[in-house]
This record gives sequence, C-alpha cells and structure tokens, in this order.
Amino acid sequence: MISYFANFWIGKLSIHQVPTNPITVGGIIIMVGLPLLIAAFLTYKKKWRWLYREWLTTMDAKKIGIMYIIVAFLMLLRGGSDAALIRVQQATSVGSSHGIISSSTFQQVFSAHGTIMIFFVAMGFMFGIINLILPVMLGSRDVAFPFMNSVSFWLFFGGMILVNLSLIIGQFSNAGWLAYPPLSELRYNPGVGIDYWIWSLQIAGIGSLMSGINFIVTILKHRCQGMTLMRMPMFAWSVLGSMSLVVFAFPILTVTLALLALDRTIGTHFFTAGGGGNMMMYVNLIWAWGHPEVYILVLPAFGIFSEVVSTFSQKRLFGYTSMVLAIWAIVLLSFTVWLHHFFTMGAGSNVNAFFGIMTMIIAVPTGVKLFNWIFTMYQGRIRLKNPMYWFLGFVVIFTIGGMAGVLMAIPPVDFQLHNSLFLVAHFHMMIVGGVLFGFFSGLLYWLPKILGFRLNERLGRYAFWCWIVGFLMAFVPLYILGMMGATRRLDHYQTSTGWHPLFVVAGIGVIIIAAGVAFQILQIIYSLITRHKLKDTTGDPWNGRTLEWSIPSPMPFYNFAILPTVNSRDPWWAKKYPKEEPGLQITNKEQPIYQDIVLPKNSSMGMLIAGFAFLFGFGAVWHIIWLVIAGLIGVIVSIIIRSTKEDTDYIIPAKEVERLDKQYRLEQGVQS
Amino acid sequence: MSKLPLTINHDENKLKLSSYITGFGLSILFTISAYLLVINHAASRTVLIGLVIVFAICQFISQSFLFLHLGQENKPRWRLTIFAFMLGVVIIIVFGSLWIMHNLKYRMTIPQEIRYMKSQDNL
Repeated sequence: MISYFANFWIGKLSIHQVPTNPITVGGIIIMVGLPLLIAAFLTYKKKWRWLYREWLTTMDAKKIGIMYIIVAFLMLLRGGSDAALIRVQQATSVGSSHGIISSSTFQQVFSAHGTIMIFFVAMGFMFGIINLILPVMLGSRDVAFPFMNSVSFWLFFGGMILVNLSLIIGQFSNAGWLAYPPLSELRYNPGVGIDYWIWSLQIAGIGSLMSGINFIVTILKHRCQGMTLMRMPMFAWSVLGSMSLVVFAFPILTVTLALLALDRTIGTHFFTAGGGGNMMMYVNLIWAWGHPEVYILVLPAFGIFSEVVSTFSQKRLFGYTSMVLAIWAIVLLSFTVWLHHFFTMGAGSNVNAFFGIMTMIIAVPTGVKLFNWIFTMYQGRIRLKNPMYWFLGFVVIFTIGGMAGVLMAIPPVDFQLHNSLFLVAHFHMMIVGGVLFGFFSGLLYWLPKILGFRLNERLGRYAFWCWIVGFLMAFVPLYILGMMGATRRLDHYQTSTGWHPLFVVAGIGVIIIAAGVAFQILQIIYSLITRHKLKDTTGDPWNGRTLEWSIPSPMPFYNFAILPTVNSRDPWWAKKYPKEEPGLQITNKEQPIYQDIVLPKNSSMGMLIAGFAFLFGFGAVWHIIWLVIAGLIGVIVSIIIRSTKEDTDYIIPAKEVERLDKQYRLEQGVQS
Repeated sequence: MSKLPLTINHDENKLKLSSYITGFGLSILFTISAYLLVINHAASRTVLIGLVIVFAICQFISQSFLFLHLGQENKPRWRLTIFAFMLGVVIIIVFGSLWIMHNLKYRMTIPQEIRYMKSQDNL
C-alpha cells in the first residue's frame, strides 16, 4: 500500500538516484552553485524586480535574443567540459589504466555532449542571433508574433533545464545523441536516461518549430517599404531557407520521439524487432529530420558570413542571385540525402548509389557559396577585424571537413569509415568550423549594435588563434585514428593499437581550445571594463551596408523611430556613398514625421506555459502521473487565458517617440 | 506590430461560405460513395481499390481548393508556394522511406532471423 502511494506521488524518484561519483558530484556543485551565486547576487543588489520586468517577461526580440545567447554560451561551457572529459578519458584509458571515469558515465558524457552541443548550443546561438538582428535588418520593429517568440525561448529554456537536471537526479541517456533503438528501448535501457533525452528534446523541439514559423512570417510579411525579396540582406534569405527546413523537418523529429516514447511507456512495437516493428525505421526517420537539421544550423552561419565578408571587403556581395539559388538548392537537396548516415544498414546498390550521388551533388551549391565569398573578397578593400578572422578560419576548416564529407559519400568508403573517428572529425569540422565559427563571427560583428561598444580586438585574435590551432590539433589526429580503425565512443583501448600518441595530441588540442574559450571570456570582461574606450559613437562601427547600422547603438527598444524605405540591396551603404551607387538611396523625407508606435506589453505567460511544459516533461520522465496531467492542463489553460486576453499592446505616442529619438541621437551623435 | 483596422468584405465572405458548403458536400459525397461501393462489393477487388484511391485523390483536391483556398490569394502566392513545397517534401520522405525500407526488407530479412528475434522477445 505504502509503495503504491509513493508510486503515485513520486513515481520512480528516490534518493538513490542522486549520483555519488566524484566527477559528477563536482559537476553538480558547479551547476547548482553557479545559479545560487547569481541568485544571491541579485538579492544583494535588489535586482529581482528588474530582472523580471526587463528580461524574463520581455517581448522584445533583441532581449530574447540575448537570453538565448547567454543560455547557449553557458551550455557551450557545459558541453565543452563534457568534451574535455571525453578527451581526457581517451588520452588516459589505455592498456591497464582505465581512465578517470567509468564506462557507464562515459556513455552519458558523450550522449550529453552531442545533445547539448546541437540542441542547446548551436540552436541557441542560431535563434539568439536571428532574434537580435533579423527584424532590424528587415527594417521592422519586431518579429511577427512577439508572444510566440517568448514561448519559444522559454520552451528552449525548459528543455535545457531538463537536460541538466539529469545530472543531478537520475542519469542521462547512454545511447548517443540520437538514441538508436534497440539500445534506447525499455528492454535494454530501463532507466530514466532515455526519457530525459526524449522529453527535453520534445519540449525544446516544439519551441524551435514555433520559432521557425515566427521567422518565416516575419520575413515574408514584416519587411520595410521597398524591400522586395531580392533586396533582402543575404542573412534574411539564409534564415528563410533554414526556417523552412525547421518547419518541415522538426515535425518528423517530434513524431519519431513520440513513437519511441510510446514504445517505452505503453509497450507499442514501432521499433522493436519482435513485435513486428523495425528499428531501422527509427534510424530512417531520425535522419530524415537529422540531415536537414545540419543545414538548419549551417545556413544562418552562411548568411552571417555573407554579411561579414561584404562588409569587411567594403564591396557588394558577389553573385547575389546565385547565392539565393544555392540556398534553395541546399534546402531542397537536404531532404534527399538522409540515407548516407546509414549506408551500412545493408540497402541495395541502387539505394546507396542514389543517396551517394545526391550527397555529392549537395556539395555543389555549398561550393558555389564558398567561391562567391572568395570572389567578394577579390579586389575588395579588406579589413582584418575579428569577425573576418573567424570567416577565414571557417574557409580553411570547412573545406577540409567538406572534402572528407564528399569522400564518405561514396558508399564503399563509408563502409570502412562508418562510426569511426574519421566521421567524428568530419562532422566536428562542419559544425564547429562552419556553424560555431559563423556564430562567433556574427556575435563579434553585431554585438556592438546591441551593447554599444566593440569587443577588444587583440584578445579576440588570441582567442581565434587558440581556437584554430587547438581545433586542428584536436581533430586532424582523429582523421588518422579513424583510418587506423579507432571507432567513436571508445572508453578504453589496448596499447598495441598504437593510437595512444594521437589521442594525447587530440587531448592537448582540447586544452588549447579551452585557452581560446578563456580568452573569449576575458575578451568580454575586459571589453566591459574598457567599454568607454571602445564605445561605438556613430552607430556604424564597421562601415556597414545594411539597415541595422543606420540606427544608434545600443538599439532603441523600438528599433526605428521612423520606419525606413529602401530601394536598393545595401540601402545604408547607398545612402552613405551616393556616388558609388547613383540613384539608389534611402528616401528620407526632409522633415521626419513621427508616428505612434504600437509595441507588445510584457507578459509572464510564456514563462508559465513553458514552466508547465517542464513539469509535464519531468512527470513523464519519472512516471509521476498526477504531475503529467497537471502540467498538461496547466499548459492548455494558460494558452486559453492568454488567447482570450485582448489588451496585449501599448502605444508610445508620436511626441514621446520624437523625444526619445532626439535623445538617442544626441547621445550617439548620429546624424538623422 | 500595428493593429490594422479590420475591413470586412461581405462579398468575399459570402464566396468563402459557399465554397465551404460545397466542399463539405463534396467531402461527404466522396466518402459515402467510396464506403457504399466497398460495402456492397460493387466491383472486383482491384477495381474497388482503384476507385477508392481515385475518390481519395478527388477528396484531397477538393479540400485543398475549397477549404484551403489554394491559388485564390493575391500575388505573391505564399500559401500555394508553401503547399507545393510541403507536397514535395512529403513525397520525398514518404516514397523515399518506402523505397529504403522495402529494399532493406528484401535484402536483409531471412525467416530464421525473424524466428530468432521473436524467440528473443518471448513472442
């Protein structure tokens, strides 16, 4: 009776689920301690109300973007420490030594590393940067659905908390970042690890889907006057492509995870061989989402590079139309290559040949983009600032990684290299070298617009060189190891394999990358201290080309006091240098006419909805039925309450806009 | 985000209502005729399957046009574009998956293996 009672109230929860091994406990202390420290600081400074009013309940896309980036950066540190653990383990666990962590912990560490890096670092940075800059680039005051934006962020946050909670209570998935059955089925994995993985991705994934819809509508409906599609900045195009992929690919993930959850909770047989299910169907479906996901991440990074290259070469982007076509070719082709992730499952040669050739074809539009950037630099007046460094690093690393990818598109080659460290090296070069470098470049490029000051160039260069050297040292050995037969997710190997020296080199590489991260943190702190020296006094620190540079920095909360009208591709450049681009100017009226601005009111409902979703997820992980039901009802009721609310906007009168605008411009010295 | 004044075009509303009613009628017609044909064994098996598929396609087309109003919007036709894109993606994934899984089944399943797997799962 007592156990039944306990089962109802706390499900599978028990005190024995708290881990005791020293490394995990250390992680817990940091992860609980840091928020407690921040909370204590906020209480001491009496800043809670400020935090709640200005940040947690905000509908301002820029602030939501900053929150995304903060979360993503913290998760980069978490996923990065996981990576360091993997490297240390592999460098020390050889022969008679068994390294610093147990095999089962190691499995959780690499699963957490992959999951966190893709879903909470890369996706977080991506949505963060899009939120920060996309509406301004389009000459708009906000995204199409500001409230939905806030819900998206908080769902992302809820998923993030759930992933990290698995460190404190219970355990995380041990089945890799994509949790293939049969290993992820109940029979072979009865613990809560896989459930943590499923529900955190479900919650965050729904948030991503909503963001996708939001940004598509923003791009299609919220462009300023005169900005036709073909006059959009390339970043907007790449976001449109990426978000189309989100909208069409994420439902596949949601369904696949739901089927796996059904298998685990109510005993269906979608992916268990015995009951007529087929585990390869899971692999098929998860990659039908997974491959587009890779392009979801990399397309916005491509967009960022397009902006950075043309700004720092002080030249118009080369081959605009071909860039747009390349984006859409990638969008379409990314849905036709997913089988290359599981060539080894034993499909026939027709199937393998088709997907192999499609994979090679998708390299063509990517190559087109790379050449376009290089041609943009050709005969440009290049200034080597921080964002440009990251672009050049990207060109080198992405090309090496891309060549390895095309190599693996050949099925017989893939049969040799599948699941080897060669593959690990390949996709890290694509995702770190392509995606993460892109986001670093974008952050360094756009942060002055948000913060009002540039970041220290010298420390940024140190960080860059540490990253590049460390990265090559960490991953080039993996290519060789892969060729030598080392598989991924290896927690122990014999001395006779001869792999040890290369693993040690890779480990040293990670230490150098860690130094790069330390320089990045130092760069932010040092720039904060010396912000008066680095202040952006013009609103246009890089001699930019697009609309975001035409307003003061930091950006006013309403973005544009008067919505702009454009009639060219690089409207701000055309306005600054009318001789270079005659006839193409922003048509500004002589006397600015201020109008009332309608903006969305703050709302805590986004936080509430995601909070209930989190409770639902936590209940589902631990089989606490009342919590599942309560969470679900909470989500539905909060959505209904919010939908029936009519008074969601407030108006800034024209006079107030004029006053604010003049004040901003006086402070910034920006000519109107 | 500014609030636009809601202009109600009565003619347009009437047009929409009539299209919904027609669509509703057609949907019922297609469903019931397929049901009646099958339940009465009105033709041979192959012909019946063909007919049901034809009715399903008619249903799909009539609903796309009468309920979703494809192609009836002003330029630029985003709804139509996105619908076509969706169709493309769905076709690629559904037929791609069918192709892959059938190919796999053809090549990889042997009766002994199935028996072994069943014995492993106590089924």
